[in-house]
Amino acid sequence: MSATIRVQREDFDVGAELDALSRGKTTIGGITSFVGLVRDVAGGQKITAMTLEHYPEMTERELHGIADEALRRWPLDALLIIHRFGRLAPGERIVLVATASAHRAAAFQSCHFLIDWLKTKAPFWKLEETPKGARWVDAEASDEAAAKRWIEE
Amino acid sequence: MKLLYFAWLRVRIGKAEESVELPAAVTTVAALLDWLKTRGPGFAEALKDTRIVRVAVNQRYVAGDHPVKTGDEVALFPPVTGG
Repeated sequence: MSATIRVQREDFDVGAELDALSRGKTTIGGITSFVGLVRDVAGGQKITAMTLEHYPEMTERELHGIADEALRRWPLDALLIIHRFGRLAPGERIVLVATASAHRAAAFQSCHFLIDWLKTKAPFWKLEETPKGARWVDAEASDEAAAKRWIEE
Repeated sequence: MKLLYFAWLRVRIGKAEESVELPAAVTTVAALLDWLKTRGPGFAEALKDTRIVRVAVNQRYVAGDHPVKTGDEVALFPPVTGG
């Protein structure tokens, strides 16, 4: 099975994407999905918009690498990553990660793994606009710790 | 060599990409960063703390001792914040 990876400016329809993921694949027993959204507040500051910058060629390469690692670790029947770039308003969708497997444990674990690794490896950067001006979002130590949990011994 | 800059590194340096001729002495990522720092106040400011600068050579993350050569695509950027 191969992963579907899209990096795009446009929004996506979560229901339609999940339908398409399992269509015709009756071995699938469950799908886990994660949808990341733009919040309207961060660090006590109101966020009026967020712009996602990325490094296109490397983003594709990193996302495929992360997906390949998930496929190696879990018995998945389908895997989808959609990540948006450009200027987004609070409430807009940023990312969709979905995994499908015969049983729920593989779907849950692999979906969690994918979003944790994506956050620390895929070359995207967030610029938040606030009433006091724009600021680049700093990487969180907690994201690094979350990603490290998935390092195999 | 093609150099790419992203996020606040791009803003501080003042451009998104450029082509440069490498001095002969610059053969590693660490030496490249040291040389870039001497190319003006924007570079010096952007690269003053290289612990928070990530480097990719030909779209793969590398460490300071990684070799660099003419023809490489080298990207400099802050720790990533997607998802």
